[in-house]
Amino acid sequence: MVSPQTLKVVTVSLGIFICFLIGWQALVVAGQGEAATGLDPEYAALMGAQVTEGASALPSPGDVGSEIWGHITNPFYDAGPNDKGVGIQLAYSIARVLSGYFLAALVAIPLGFLIGMSETAQRALNPYIQLMKPVSPLAWMPLALYTIKDSNTSAVFVIFICSIWPMLTNTTFGVASVRREWLDVSRTLEVGSLRTALRVILPAAAPTIVTGMRISIGIAWLVIVAAEMLVGGTGIGYFVWNEWNNLSITGVISAIFFIGVVGMCLDMILAKCAAIVSYSE
Amino acid sequence: MNQTHKIDGTESGVPSEEQMRTTVIETINLGKTFVSESKTETEVFNNLNFDIKAGEFVCLIGHSGCGKTTLLNMLGGLEEPTNGSILVDDKEISGPSLDRAMVFQSHALMPWMTAIGNVNFAVQSKWPAWSKKKQLDQSRKFLDLVHLGTSLDKKPSELSGGMKQRVGIARAFAIEPKILLLDEPFSALDALTRGSLQDELVTICRETNQTCFMITHDIDEAILLADRIILMTNGPQAYVHEIVINTIEKPRARSSLYKHENYYPIRNHLMDFLVNKSNLKDALRSVANNKPKIVKPAK
Repeated sequence: MVSPQTLKVVTVSLGIFICFLIGWQALVVAGQGEAATGLDPEYAALMGAQVTEGASALPSPGDVGSEIWGHITNPFYDAGPNDKGVGIQLAYSIARVLSGYFLAALVAIPLGFLIGMSETAQRALNPYIQLMKPVSPLAWMPLALYTIKDSNTSAVFVIFICSIWPMLTNTTFGVASVRREWLDVSRTLEVGSLRTALRVILPAAAPTIVTGMRISIGIAWLVIVAAEMLVGGTGIGYFVWNEWNNLSITGVISAIFFIGVVGMCLDMILAKCAAIVSYSE
Repeated sequence: MNQTHKIDGTESGVPSEEQMRTTVIETINLGKTFVSESKTETEVFNNLNFDIKAGEFVCLIGHSGCGKTTLLNMLGGLEEPTNGSILVDDKEISGPSLDRAMVFQSHALMPWMTAIGNVNFAVQSKWPAWSKKKQLDQSRKFLDLVHLGTSLDKKPSELSGGMKQRVGIARAFAIEPKILLLDEPFSALDALTRGSLQDELVTICRETNQTCFMITHDIDEAILLADRIILMTNGPQAYVHEIVINTIEKPRARSSLYKHENYYPIRNHLMDFLVNKSNLKDALRSVANNKPKIVKPAK
């Protein structure tokens, strides 16, 4: 049985969605104008429905819905460089995000361990971290393109550099704030440093580390869209920009929808990981 | 009550059974001084001299702030002494060792491990070469000893405060150390739980003949558990005022302890110290400096 609480939640949620659709449709209707008459057929072909039929500049919910449905039913078609299915574009973006992200994890987590365990390292490296952390990842793009000379690798590099900071600072914090008594237990049991790191410090700091990883994946997914708009070629960011160049607002809106869905899924995966490593005292 | 004391300050005469037993741990002029950031030095205690013999249960009583935990951490090797030294089996210690297991006031269990996982972590550290089965058998045996045989796979968060401390005790006993160091292990528990845990500790110590050193501020706990009770004055510059020998013979049971004729003499003596004498400094210091007075309160 569905609980009354759930029923309430679903009702409100659906209500908001319906209001949104009605409002959207109302804007579309309000935007409709007069259809022009007596146009030169060639000119009319160039201008599109907005001039010839007086259609609104804003696509209707129905148009967007059918566009999204079209993408869902046929996500992997490939009709040349400028016309690939949204599934292929998303796959490119996800691949870039994941490779940059895992490279960052590979660097940030061990480095965070080191910094968290040694006060000297913490104090020595802190100025650099504080200096680099606030830099917009896209500011690295020209430098990356200049040095790496490959747009795809540059995009991965930008993801790497933006994912590294939350993971690094969280790992450092998590490792530095492992309860002293756990380390004392480990010391009185003469546990070696590697075993202490793996059996005590890592599980103790894991919730904080995974929180950092969750923040990182969110930022990485935000940045990839912007990065791909710059480097072009493939990816969901390029797809959005391409749809804009085609003046296909329907395409832009459906791309926004897909970006949201993927971002949500990535976050949910990390939330699951967080639940696995969390512990209560 | 003072007139009931039999002072035994001399070392001469026939050695008693206790003096015959081997010394497990010994402190020699042990001292600790903390230096604050503003360079002011605080001498927590100095010139502590006492020893613990094999199979003996020794309690240390003192008010908070006399450096009890610092002392225990030093015996455990977690803190360095500023002066003096600690000998275990006549060898000076340098850092923590599996010879000296600790039971922490806050149980210090790893919350991501199960009860048996926590104990087994210690067993694995002590005997890494043992087979997995043998390690688990050892862990299970000691959890059974503290009556947790049915909660092996529970996480600490699913256990009550008393059960958590039982796991902490099992972890310390399971590695069969030369000496067990307990830092007010029952102070965070309610009176009923505390009582049953004290009973269990009495039983386990009898069965294993484990040498123990325990810090407490509970007089009755000390009388029940300890063969000797070390009285420490308030800090800073705390020192061992007296060593009281428990004149109630073993086995001691919580239910009948208070009926023993020596119970009130000991209890009153300890209470008198905590209430009236623990603040005394200079006058007694010179007497107590290197050889604390040994007292046997009895009827």
